[in-house]
Amino acid sequence: MVSMRHRALPKPLPPAGGLKKRGRWASNTDDAPEKPPYSPVIVATLHILANPARFLKIARPLTGIFLGLGIVLIAVAVWAGLTRTPPDYLQGETVRILYIHVPAAWLGMGGWSGIAIASLSLIVWRHPLAQVAGRAIAWPGAVFTALCLATGSIWGRPTWGTWWQWDGRLTSMLLLLFVYLGYIALARADADRGGDGRIPALYGLAGTALLPVIRYSVVWWNTLHQGQSIGLTGSSIDKSLLWPLPIALGGFTFLFAAIVLMRMRTLLAKAKAEARMRRMARA
Amino acid sequence: MTPKSQRLTLALLALAAIVAAVLLAMSAMKDQAAFFYTPSDAKAQGLPLGKAVRLGGMVQAGSVHRAPDGVTVRFIVTDGKATTPVTFAGITPDLFREKSGVVAEGQFQPDGRFVATNLLAKHDEKYMPPEMAGNMHESRSLEP
Repeated sequence: MVSMRHRALPKPLPPAGGLKKRGRWASNTDDAPEKPPYSPVIVATLHILANPARFLKIARPLTGIFLGLGIVLIAVAVWAGLTRTPPDYLQGETVRILYIHVPAAWLGMGGWSGIAIASLSLIVWRHPLAQVAGRAIAWPGAVFTALCLATGSIWGRPTWGTWWQWDGRLTSMLLLLFVYLGYIALARADADRGGDGRIPALYGLAGTALLPVIRYSVVWWNTLHQGQSIGLTGSSIDKSLLWPLPIALGGFTFLFAAIVLMRMRTLLAKAKAEARMRRMARA
Repeated sequence: MTPKSQRLTLALLALAAIVAAVLLAMSAMKDQAAFFYTPSDAKAQGLPLGKAVRLGGMVQAGSVHRAPDGVTVRFIVTDGKATTPVTFAGITPDLFREKSGVVAEGQFQPDGRFVATNLLAKHDEKYMPPEMAGNMHESRSLEP
């Protein structure tokens, strides 16, 4: 195994695997008029190597920067949220769960927005990184959605007097978690069969329907969950309680971005390794 | 029109259609998706008798009376337009108080009263430190 890899390494690498599969995009004649008259092989090479390579060159340093920024900001937010803010007049100390519940909700929904954008760019532009991006976002998105549900439940017990109620906001957020899990299963099955990611992308676009439901559930329906506190015009959370929240939001967002970049690099490396194995098996 | 812009138009149209359908469905489902009845809902639609429902609103100021038995509490739920008297026997949640939101689970009685089997406190979107809220609210801070 090891010796095989050593033998294979010095060879100049042709486009990593799946030429037949990706070639379909390249030879997609409907895209032809917009492209310079490159041969299909060159176009395929550009699609497979050039963009991911350029992406990896940028992603490698960015991963560390995002991870560092995320950890620092989260540490500041934890310190501030646990020691520097007053308790709420009604909720007492349980209000502090806000500093993780709100970022988790934001990233659960933001993650799906990311999947929707990736799906759109896969369907419309056949962007070579879109499939990988969608798969990379799905897991952390699902984890943050679950975290949002868990922290909400822990907060709900002392505040509302119940762990769980089937109200509009809670139910739609739970649905989002299931939609994430469905996407993860579908995208993996599609990738395992060498699919081009179009079917998960259609699912990703359709799942976007849930985002307005979650957003407006507390506005249009009467729910146990309170209405939104932070809007474009201001916030009904007092400043003394609010200020660590943007720090926590920024910190968790950087952490999320770092995880997504790590997962994208892993998925790209895995695809490359598999292609190399296939080539060696053929040789 | 190039195939690419064709795909873009189609995808955006599909997205717009999905979102529009959802928003329409949401507004149509307003009554079915409602978590609770408000006192004016109950008045307008007739009392939903004989089934377990939820009643939500604000606890009217000065309306909370605790019976001498120590567990029965009577109060009035208001939504600003109509009111419903509620009786409940049991332990009220910590955040149950006058002028604050409540969701009661139970049944309407033919005379218009509501007998609750469970009370949930509904928190509103306002968050503030105890000093700001004044001393009408006792805070449960861990700090001395």
